[in-house]
Amino acid sequence: MTGIDWLILFLYFVFVLGIGVALRGRMKTSTDFFLAGRAIPAWVCGLAFLSANLGAQEVIGMGASGAKYGIATSHFYWIGAIPAMVFVGIFMMPFYYGSRARSVPEYLRLRFDEKTRGLNAISFAIMTVFSSGISMYAMAKLIQTLHVFDQPFHNVGVGPQWLFHIGILTSAVVVLVYILLGGLTSAIYNEVLQFFLIVAGFLPLSWLGLRNIAGWAGLKARLDPSFTHSWSGMGSPATNRLGVEWFGLVMGLGFVLSFGYWCTDFLVVQRAMAANSMSAARRTPLIGAFPKMLFPFLVILPGIIAVALPSPSATKTSSAAAVSPAHGLIPYKMDATTGAPVIDKNGVAQLDYDLAIPSMLLHYFPSGMLGLGITALLASFMSGMAGNVTAFNTVWTYDIYQSYIRPNATDQHYLWMGRAATVFGIAFSVAAAYMANRFNNIMDMLQLVFAFVNAPLFATFLLGMFWKRTTGHAAFSGLLAGTTAAAVHHSLTLPAGAVPGIKGGWMAVLHTYPSEMAQNFWTAIFAWTTCFLVTIFVSLLTKAPEESKLVGLVYSLTPRPKEESMAWYLKPASLALIVLVGTALLNFIFW
Amino acid sequence: MDIRLPIGILFSVLGCILAAYGLLGDPSRYRQSLGININLQWGTVLLVFGLGMFLLGKRGMRSAKREHAARSSELSLKK
Repeated sequence: MTGIDWLILFLYFVFVLGIGVALRGRMKTSTDFFLAGRAIPAWVCGLAFLSANLGAQEVIGMGASGAKYGIATSHFYWIGAIPAMVFVGIFMMPFYYGSRARSVPEYLRLRFDEKTRGLNAISFAIMTVFSSGISMYAMAKLIQTLHVFDQPFHNVGVGPQWLFHIGILTSAVVVLVYILLGGLTSAIYNEVLQFFLIVAGFLPLSWLGLRNIAGWAGLKARLDPSFTHSWSGMGSPATNRLGVEWFGLVMGLGFVLSFGYWCTDFLVVQRAMAANSMSAARRTPLIGAFPKMLFPFLVILPGIIAVALPSPSATKTSSAAAVSPAHGLIPYKMDATTGAPVIDKNGVAQLDYDLAIPSMLLHYFPSGMLGLGITALLASFMSGMAGNVTAFNTVWTYDIYQSYIRPNATDQHYLWMGRAATVFGIAFSVAAAYMANRFNNIMDMLQLVFAFVNAPLFATFLLGMFWKRTTGHAAFSGLLAGTTAAAVHHSLTLPAGAVPGIKGGWMAVLHTYPSEMAQNFWTAIFAWTTCFLVTIFVSLLTKAPEESKLVGLVYSLTPRPKEESMAWYLKPASLALIVLVGTALLNFIFW
Repeated sequence: MDIRLPIGILFSVLGCILAAYGLLGDPSRYRQSLGININLQWGTVLLVFGLGMFLLGKRGMRSAKREHAARSSELSLKK
C-alpha cells in the first residue's frame, strides 16, 4: 500500500462517516431510526437490498466457489436468488409492507401468534450477532493474511500480530458511529455507496483477467469443460463439480434455501420495508435482481480466471497470495501454527480458495487501483456487518424488548433502546469475532444450527400467506419439527470422504452423499418438507383463525394492489418478467 | 439528502485522483496490468460516472424542493 492507496481508503471512511453525520438531525422517532421513516425511494432500497447481503461470504465465498466449482456457482444466483427475489417482490411484499408490520417476526405475530414471533425473533437476533461477528472475523483475518498493511504499520512501530485487532476495532467503530448517528437510513445510504464502490473495485478485475486469457473462449480452452458449463453434467452428481444432481439443486438450493433466505430473512426484507410506498416496496427486490443477475461476472468470474491463469513465479514479497501459487493464482492453505501447507487425509495439500479474489487484486492492480480494490473489499465487509446490526437492533427493540421486557414505554425510550442495542449488538459481534478466532469449530457448529433453524422457515411463510386455514399452533410446531428434521437428517448422513462429527453422521451413517453441498441441499429439503406437512396436519387439527383478523395478511383475503396508472416499466410484473427472461437467457448461454 | 450527491462527489474525487496518478505516475508500474494504464482509464470512467451521479442528484434535490414547496402551498390554501 502506497500513499495514494491510503488516500483512497481515507476518503472512503470520510464519506461513510459523513453520511451518518449528515443524517443525525433526522432521527427524531423510532420509525426514523428503525424504518428510515418509510421514506426511501425504490432504487435506493433495491441496491441496499442487494448490498446488505454483499458481505464477506458473498464476495470472498463466491470467488472461492468460482475457483473451486466454476460457473456452476452461478446457480446460487440464476436459479437461487433471482427467482426468490421475484417471488418476494410480486407475492410476499404486499403482506410485509401492507400489514404495516415493523419486522418479519412482527408479521408472524400478526399472522400467527406470540410464540411463533418469539421463536423467530430470538433465533434471528442470535444469528445476526454471530453472522456479523463472522463477517468481522473474516475481514480481520484477510487483512492479516494479505500482508498489505504490514509495512505501513511496521513503520509506526505496530507489529503484524496487532492487525487482526486493529481490523476488528476499526470496522466495529466505523459501523457503530454511522448507525448510531443515522440509523437505518444511514445504513441504507452507505450500502448504496458501498455497492457502487464494490462494482468499481472489482469490475476491472474481470476485465483485465478476461483480456489476459483471450476472453471467455480463452478461458474455455484453458480449463476442463466442467468449469465453464452450469447445467450440462447436472444429470448425475458424478458428472459435475458440485457433486449434486439437478433435483437436489433445483429443490434444495433453488427453492428451499434461496426462497428461505431472500423471502423471510429480515436482514434483506427490512430494506424493502423502508420504501416510501407499496409499489416501491414491491419494486425493491426486483430492482436489486437486475444487478444481482450479473453478479456472477463480478464475483465468480475472477475466481475462475484465478484458476485458469498460469502460476507466476513468486516475485512479490509482500503478498501471501504469491507464496507458492499452486493452481493458477490460488495458493496452498497454510497452517497458522506450523506454517506448513494443510494436508487432507489422502496426503494432498489443500488450496486456499478464499484467497482467489484477493490474489487477483494483488496480481493485476498497481498502486492506485489497489487502494480502490482493497477499499471495495472493506466496503463489502462493512455493508454486510451493518445490515446485520440494523436488523438486530430493530428485532431486539420491537420484538424482544417492547414485547417481553418493557411494553408501553414512550417512543423516545425505544429510540434510546435502539441506539443502546446498536452498541451492545456490535459489542457481541466483536466477542463473536474473537470466539471465531479462538474456537473455529464452535463457529462451524453455530452455522450448522442456524442452517437447521432457517431451512424450514419458508414453508411456514408460504402456508401462512397463501393458506388461510394455517394456525399459530401449527406454524410453531411445524418450525420445531422442521428444525428437528434437519438435525436428524444431518446426524444420519455424511458427505463422501468426511469423518463423522461436525460434517454429519454423529448418530449413525445411513447414507453417504457425493458432496457436502448435496448433503446441505437435502438437509434443507427434508426440513422444509417436514415443516410443510406438520404445519398442514396440525392446522387441520386445531381451530381455524378468524378470517376478519387475516385481512392484509393472507393472499385470498387481501385486495390486490392497484397499479393501473403506473408506467409499464415501473410495474412490478413487467420488471419481474424482464428479470426472469434475462435470467433464463443467462442459464441458456452458459448451459 | 439525495444519496446521489455524496456518491457523485466521492466518485468524481476518486476518478480525479486515479486519473491524475495515471497521467503523472511511472508508466512501468502498468506491466502488472497488462500494459494498460488502468489508473488513467478507470479513473476517467469513475470521474464520468461521478459527475453523472452528481448532476442527477442536483436535479433530484431541485425537484424534491419544488414538490415540497407545492405541497406546503397546497396545505396553506386548505387552511
